Amino acid sequence: MTVSRKKAIELLENEAGDITRLFEKPTGQWRLALRRFRGRRSGMTGLFIVVGLILVALFAPIIAPYEPNEILIGVEDVTRRDPPCIHLLGCPEETPQHIMGLDGNVRDVFSRIVYGSRVSLTLGFFTVTLALVVGSTIGAISGYAGGWLDNILMRIMDVILGFPSLLLAIAIVAVLGPGLRNALLAIAIVTLPGYARVMRAQVLAIKENDYVTASRALGSSTRSILLKRIIPNSLTPLVVLATLGVATAILEAAGLSFLGLGAQPPAAEWGSMLARERNQVFTSPHLVFFPGIAIMLTVLGFNLMGDGMRDALDPTLNR
Amino acid sequence: MAGNLVEVRNLVKEFPVKGGLLQRQIGKVEAVADVDLDIRHGETIGLVGESGCGKTTLGRMLVRLLEPTSGTIRFDGQDVTHIHGKDLRPFRRRVQIIFQDPYGSLDPRGQVGDTIAEGLKLHGVSDKDERHQRVVEMLELVGLKEAHVGRYPHEFSGGQRQRIGIARALILKPDLVVADEPVSALDVSVQAQVLNLLKEIQQELSLTLLFVAHNLAVVEHISDRIAVMYLGRIVELTDRDTLYRNPLHPYTQALLSAIPVPDPDRPRNRTILQGEIPSPINPPSGCHFHPRCPIARKDLCDVEPPSLMDAPGGVEHQAACWLRAGDRAVATG
Repeated sequence: MTVSRKKAIELLENEAGDITRLFEKPTGQWRLALRRFRGRRSGMTGLFIVVGLILVALFAPIIAPYEPNEILIGVEDVTRRDPPCIHLLGCPEETPQHIMGLDGNVRDVFSRIVYGSRVSLTLGFFTVTLALVVGSTIGAISGYAGGWLDNILMRIMDVILGFPSLLLAIAIVAVLGPGLRNALLAIAIVTLPGYARVMRAQVLAIKENDYVTASRALGSSTRSILLKRIIPNSLTPLVVLATLGVATAILEAAGLSFLGLGAQPPAAEWGSMLARERNQVFTSPHLVFFPGIAIMLTVLGFNLMGDGMRDALDPTLNR
Repeated sequence: MAGNLVEVRNLVKEFPVKGGLLQRQIGKVEAVADVDLDIRHGETIGLVGESGCGKTTLGRMLVRLLEPTSGTIRFDGQDVTHIHGKDLRPFRRRVQIIFQDPYGSLDPRGQVGDTIAEGLKLHGVSDKDERHQRVVEMLELVGLKEAHVGRYPHEFSGGQRQRIGIARALILKPDLVVADEPVSALDVSVQAQVLNLLKEIQQELSLTLLFVAHNLAVVEHISDRIAVMYLGRIVELTDRDTLYRNPLHPYTQALLSAIPVPDPDRPRNRTILQGEIPSPINPPSGCHFHPRCPIARKDLCDVEPPSLMDAPGGVEHQAACWLRAGDRAVATG
């Protein structure tokens, strides 16, 4: 008796919910995810940092007081590796203001860091796009086709995964020659297996769903099933992985540049800025401190945003 | 309309069992073994059996989601057993399936209207307004509203989702619909609604329905004829009333005695089967049912596999039992 009463109430509530819903706008998965994302403080902090960085990169010429490669000796009354001078904080008015100081070649560190954000962001973005597109294509083919093709593709991915990622990236750059574009390529290759594997696992799971079978029973072609049903439903974890991947890519690029294999001087790149002045850690700490902070902040921003997105897109949190 | 819409002969589906280091085939499972079945125009035929007996496999072969290992399926006179690609398309339009799980059978990212309209799009209804109109008609037929067109599956209850699944299957006005346990995943209160809906629609559109279920009470409600499956074979086939009144096969008798009666005082005459359902990788010799059968006779049932044989009495009633049907049948008890 109690059970049936509970059922009855439940049914009534369902009906009521249904009626009120008729007046709401339909909510798709992405819209729901966005709503959840907004409610998460860490994710919003990450988004804030990332948007800030993008703005800095876009408006670098306006923000930066100097050209990134402008050598200021003879232009201003300054010397090599001058510490930061901020007028607001009591630096004498007659010395020119350099809020992050000057580097070993008497260039304004702040301007270089501002311009460096362009390098890091484009590199992070292109690396991840490349790895995402190629990796998920491999994964989708592998997962859907199965059999020997799956085996071959996945064993290749295993071989790439078998190397420590930075070591393999160094080897690839060593073959292709140093430079930012080759570093980008190397990092994309190294991060490829992650995307391929996640995509493959998604496709394997999703292709067993009845809605895929239903499409087949209606007469859809393999291609349209893959493109319209399976891939759109597989994207969620890849979006998260890609966001976190930007952070990794920027970090690896900075690492390669630090080793002299990425950005070449005089390009303003955070990793190479660190590398050039690493012997001056104790005498002029600002020269390693500020590029380090910049890298850290960027990576932190993307990681927080990625975490927030993972929480927001997690299907297990779907009511 | 008289005559058979579907004629199934000697249908077999084997699945390979792989194992070992190199994933070599080390055995096979005979999910469906030598099934003959005719489905008549406009009838509802119930297919019952316990989990793993091959009823879903049989259903999926009929809609050609699985390719039979051997045997033939004739649909409306045409051999459709091994057709592929372009030849399969007209068949797809005429044969549809309703799935068991209302949660997994709808694309979570697709709006309901698009999900239902997919079949129309694939089969040449290119006019958007016409598609919309037919989707709305279909939604109303299954008891939903036009306002639901733009909604997503997660906004619906299980019963409503199943209605959407039914609408998707019926939008092409198919001749044959295989309903693969369409109500097993639903609450009992909703089961009745969906069953009645299916029944109404079946009459309205003069559908032929193959209704797969493991619940005899559900099947009784909807079917004209019932086929009972055990371990890949059909063991009994007759019209509903005969089956419930006079089941012949001991397995059917056991199944029927397992239906709960909502009366605690009524004495129950249960036939409780012993043992487990045997592994289809290594099925028993002779009659697949003999190790669990209360009436099995030595040197007959464990040696010779029985096929479907006419029961004594003249009614259209077939059973795969040496002792209850065919020429050698002894008097039924």
